[in-house]
Amino acid sequence: MSPRTGETIAFDNVGLRYGTDREVLSDVSFTLYPGSFYFLTGASGAGKTSLLRLLYLAQRPSRGGISMFGTDVITLPRSRLPAFRRRLGVVFQDFRLVPHLSAFDNIALPLRVAGMREADLAGPVSDMLEWVGLTSRAHARPATLSGGEQQRVAIARAVIGRPDLLVADEPTGNVDPEMALKLLRLFEALNRLGTTVVVATHDVHLLRKVPDSLIMRLDKGRLSDPTGALRYPPRRQMSDIDADAPLPRDGGEF
Amino acid sequence: MRGDRASQLVPQARLAGPIPWVIAIMVALTVIAAAGGLALNNLAQTAQSELSGGATVQIVEALPLERSRQAQASLALLLQHPAVVSAARVPDEELEQLLEPWLGVGADREAVPIPALIDVRLRSDATETQLDSLRTLLAEQAPAARIDAQSAWLRPVFSAISSLQWLALALVVLLGLTSAAAVWLAARSALGTNRNTIEVVHLLGGTDSQIARIFQRSVGFDAALGGAAGLALGLIAVFVIGRQFAGLGSGMVAGGGLSWIDWVLLALVPAFGVIIAVLTARVTVMGALRRML
Ligand SMILES: Nc1ncnc2c1ncn2[C@@H]1O[C@H](COP(=O)(O)OP(=O)(O)O)[C@@H](O)[C@H]1O
Ligand SMILES: [Mg+2]
Repeated sequence: MSPRTGETIAFDNVGLRYGTDREVLSDVSFTLYPGSFYFLTGASGAGKTSLLRLLYLAQRPSRGGISMFGTDVITLPRSRLPAFRRRLGVVFQDFRLVPHLSAFDNIALPLRVAGMREADLAGPVSDMLEWVGLTSRAHARPATLSGGEQQRVAIARAVIGRPDLLVADEPTGNVDPEMALKLLRLFEALNRLGTTVVVATHDVHLLRKVPDSLIMRLDKGRLSDPTGALRYPPRRQMSDIDADAPLPRDGGEF
Repeated sequence: MRGDRASQLVPQARLAGPIPWVIAIMVALTVIAAAGGLALNNLAQTAQSELSGGATVQIVEALPLERSRQAQASLALLLQHPAVVSAARVPDEELEQLLEPWLGVGADREAVPIPALIDVRLRSDATETQLDSLRTLLAEQAPAARIDAQSAWLRPVFSAISSLQWLALALVVLLGLTSAAAVWLAARSALGTNRNTIEVVHLLGGTDSQIARIFQRSVGFDAALGGAAGLALGLIAVFVIGRQFAGLGSGMVAGGGLSWIDWVLLALVPAFGVIIAVLTARVTVMGALRRML
C-alpha cells in the first residue's frame, strides 16, 4: 500500500471519558488523508490534548473505532502497537524530554528505539539540530535550555524519524512569533515530503500562516468542521480520488 | 534490537540512589553470617566424624603395676575385636602435660594416680550396645576399665554448635529477605523517578522488553557494584576473624575452616543480590508498562 492512497487515520464515533466523569470527547468522527495539513483548534479544555492522545496511541477511547494506516488499532494486541507508534512523530504539550539526556540524545531517541546504528544517526541528528538552530546546544541537558529551546528539541525529536503522521500539541506555545513561523515552515516542509500533520493550537492567528491547511474545531468535546473539508478528501488528493466532488473548504467560517 | 543498543537509549544512570549502598551493607552482613554458619557446620562435621566413632577406655587403678597390666590386657583384647579399627594407649607424658595446669609440674605420680587412657576408634558409631559388648569383653581381665563414648562428653558442645548453626541460618534468611525487600523498594523508587522516561520511550515506540532492559541494566550495574563492595567488606571481616580463630591453635576450632566450596557459596551472595535487583527492575517496569496502552 502506497502511503499516498487510502486514509491515514479514521475516527468513527469516538467517545472518551476519564474515569466516571462525563465524556470529554463525544461522537468524534473524521478522516485524515495522507499528505494533508490539519489544525485542531478549540478553547482551552475543549479536548484537544485528549483527542491527540488517542491519535498517538497513548489512550484507548471509551467507545467508537479508530483505524490507523488501514488497521483497526482498537482490537490490535498491545504487542503490535509499538510498530505503529514508530510511524508517528509527537510533540507533547509539555515536551516530555528525557531530563538526563542531552539535546542530541533526546533527538536521537526515536532513531535508537527503531534500532538505527550509532554511525548512521550522528548525521541526521546534527542536521536536525542545525535546522532548529540548536547546534551550539547539542550537549546541553533540557534543564539548562530555555522553554523555547526545549520546545525546538521536542519538535526535532518528533520529526527526525520522518513520521507518516506528525502530531503536535501547541507546538508554538513557548516560542516568539518569528520562531513559531519558522517551526511551521519546518512542519510544512515535512508535510511536502508526505507526512500528514496535525497541529493542535488555540492560536487562531497561526491558522492563516498555512494556507493549504484544513481545520478541525473542538467545542466541549464535540468536533465541528467549519470548512466542511473533513467530509471530503483534501484538494491535493482530489484528482486521485474523485475529481467531480465539490470543494467546500474555500467557504465557511470558524 | 540488540541488548547493547538498549543501554544507549537512555545511558546508564549513574550511581545515584540508595541501591548500591543498601546492597553493599546487606551483602557484607549476609556474607559474614553465612561464613559463620558454614564454619560452624564444618566444625561440627569434623568433630562429629572424629568423635562419633571414638571411645575412651580408662583404667582407674591406683597401683601402677596393676594399672599397667590391665591396660596392656585391654589393649590386646580391643585390638582383636572386629568392631575396633584401632586402639592406642595415650602416653603417660602426654597425660601429664594435659594435667599439668591442674596438678603442677613434676607432680608426684604415686601421690596422685593418673588413670591409663586408651583411645579407641570403632568401625561405626559408639552406641551403648557397642560399648556394652566392649565392657563385657574387658570385665574379666581389666575390672578397673571404664568405657565411655567420646561424643558423650561433647554432647552439650554439639547441641550448642547446632543452635548456633540454626541461628546463623536464620540470620542469613532474615538478611536475605531484608536485602530483597530493600532492593525491591530502592528499585521501585528509582523507577518511580524515571516514570516519565519510561512513558516517553514507550510512546516513541519502544517495546516493553526494550524499556525493561534499560532499567535492568542500570539497576543490575548498581547492584553489581554494591555487591562487589559488600563482598569485599564481608570477606575481609571473615578473613580477619578466621585468622584470629586460627591463632587460638585449638584443635577444635581448626576443624572450622572454610573449604573452597564455602568460598564459592559466599561469592554467590552478591550474585543473588544482583539477580533480585534485576528481577525487581523487570517486574516493576513491566508492571508499569502494562498499565499503559
Ligand atoms: N487525565 C485526565 N483525567 C481527568 N480529566 C482529564 C484528564 N485530562 C484531561 N481531562 C479533562 O478533559 C477535558 C479536556 O482536556 P484537554 O484534552 O487537556 O483539553 P485541551 O487540550 O483542549 O485544553 C478537560 O476538562 C480536562 O479537565
Ligand atoms: Mg491541551
